[in-house]
Amino acid sequence: MFALADCNNFYASCERVFNPSLVGRPVIVLSNNDGCVIARSNEAKALGIKMGEPTFKIKDLIEKNNVAVFSSNYTLYGDMSQRVMNTLASFTPDVEIYSIDEAFLGLHGFNYVDLLDYARKIRKTTMRNTGIPISLGVAPTKTLAKVANHIAKKQPQHQGVYMIANEQQRVDALKEFEIGEVWGIGRQYRKFLARYGVNTAYDFTRMPAGWVKQHLSVVGLRTQRELLGIPCIDLEHSAPPKKAIATTRSFGEMQTDLGYLSEAVASFAVSCAHKLRKQQSVAQVVMVFAHTNYFRDDLPQYSASKTVVLPVPTSSTLELVHFALIGLKSIYKPGFRYKKAGVIVSGISTNQHIQTSLFDSVDREKHNRLMVVMDKLNDKYGRHTVKVAAQGAGRKWKLRQERVSPMYTTRWDDIITVKV
Amino acid sequence: MRLIKTTPEIDFFTADTTYDLSLPLAEGIKAGFPSPAQDYIDLAFDLNKELVKNPSSTFYGRVRGDSMVDEGIYDGDILVIDKSLPPADGHKAVCYIDGEFTLKTIRIKKDGIYLMPANPAYKPIKVTEENDFVVWGIVTYVIHKF
Repeated sequence: MFALADCNNFYASCERVFNPSLVGRPVIVLSNNDGCVIARSNEAKALGIKMGEPTFKIKDLIEKNNVAVFSSNYTLYGDMSQRVMNTLASFTPDVEIYSIDEAFLGLHGFNYVDLLDYARKIRKTTMRNTGIPISLGVAPTKTLAKVANHIAKKQPQHQGVYMIANEQQRVDALKEFEIGEVWGIGRQYRKFLARYGVNTAYDFTRMPAGWVKQHLSVVGLRTQRELLGIPCIDLEHSAPPKKAIATTRSFGEMQTDLGYLSEAVASFAVSCAHKLRKQQSVAQVVMVFAHTNYFRDDLPQYSASKTVVLPVPTSSTLELVHFALIGLKSIYKPGFRYKKAGVIVSGISTNQHIQTSLFDSVDREKHNRLMVVMDKLNDKYGRHTVKVAAQGAGRKWKLRQERVSPMYTTRWDDIITVKV
Repeated sequence: MRLIKTTPEIDFFTADTTYDLSLPLAEGIKAGFPSPAQDYIDLAFDLNKELVKNPSSTFYGRVRGDSMVDEGIYDGDILVIDKSLPPADGHKAVCYIDGEFTLKTIRIKKDGIYLMPANPAYKPIKVTEENDFVVWGIVTYVIHKF
């Protein structure tokens, strides 16, 4: 069985942990340089505030309803994300960090315990340890776990945890689930499928496999099988998500050398940067992680991750490699045999509206031209034709954000004040 | 080792093998003076490990005020706060009450929960239903700079 753990309104929830007076009050978090809304509490959603809405358009609404407004504080969100992920990892060694606020958990071999109880315990512990509320969907496949998570979140009677445990529950859930919401289908297929009378996930599972393969390729076929309860997507072979791009790899042989790990991490960052450019987007956050082989009880175990917040969102290979390596150096400890490492970029937005900062010392135009040439050469002559020699000078950066909350967890001057 | 039997001449011990202490193995002893510290880097104290038992749930707070001076908690001190610990009678807890964080000793009495100061100038606070109250975390250490 798989579980999808998803933090509820993650950025807004992070702000509430350190400011409990915000509980029950509408909270929104703004994008870089406060341009538009990127996160909303339930109360803000109820006011009709949409995702991506430009801030100036809802000025009156904000004032009238006493909405708490925050600039995005990725330093805080990144740190809180690590705390949530570490808490989840204490329940199963099999964790795939899917985005800053989502993780798939492998719950194989847990059959002897009541999984629903276990999931409730995971939720309760995460809430107690970090103050972040999460929802958990448990099901036989990752795609169904996404569906179950949706039910857990939308139907309050389940108290944040729902499990698709049998055939009847699976069918019932899929009959209520709109096909465009299914993981891996996407909205672009919704209209097309509607023409064939496919409106729900259940309708989709009733279509002949050959038809699905013909029109939605093997990816669609895989999704159909997943919805039928047949696991096809393992924790490691996930497709790149919308909210984050991950490049991770298990090493054939365990590695101890920082030099080797650096090369691996640099190449993961190169790959992330390339994927970002392919989809015309930029990322604000780079996370690097490395861990030892969990299945080798006989060896010392170590697992760590580091989140680096970029001053200006970027898709430049040079910058992403630079910051990924800074992250790696801060977590690397000698004496351990590393089995896996990876780079995850998140805080993704379109490259159309990058707001640079006054103190930006990167020549972005030059970087862009270089990346275009690099991509062309690599597309033409094969990947790795042009590589980067990971390097970078220490730069001073700053980002303008007017309503950013304190860095409660990472800066001594910003820790909470306790009146005694 | 555990003492299992004592005779007038000999004490008998049994070996305790429940933990192991790894000692460095000297490979190829050479003349000259090797650095005695070389193999002991990992054995140095790590305050982080000592003060932070649960990294995922540990946060820090800065003390403002003097209501806890008799417990040795002063203005400007840093609190090590563990959110994962369940609150109990006698714990020093960071509580969120009516719009601000405060640190007091929790006293659970028959007629309710009290937040006890440690300074005669302050009165205990009885938590009532009207209060917006939550125990935010339990204080495990106080770091004080002289």
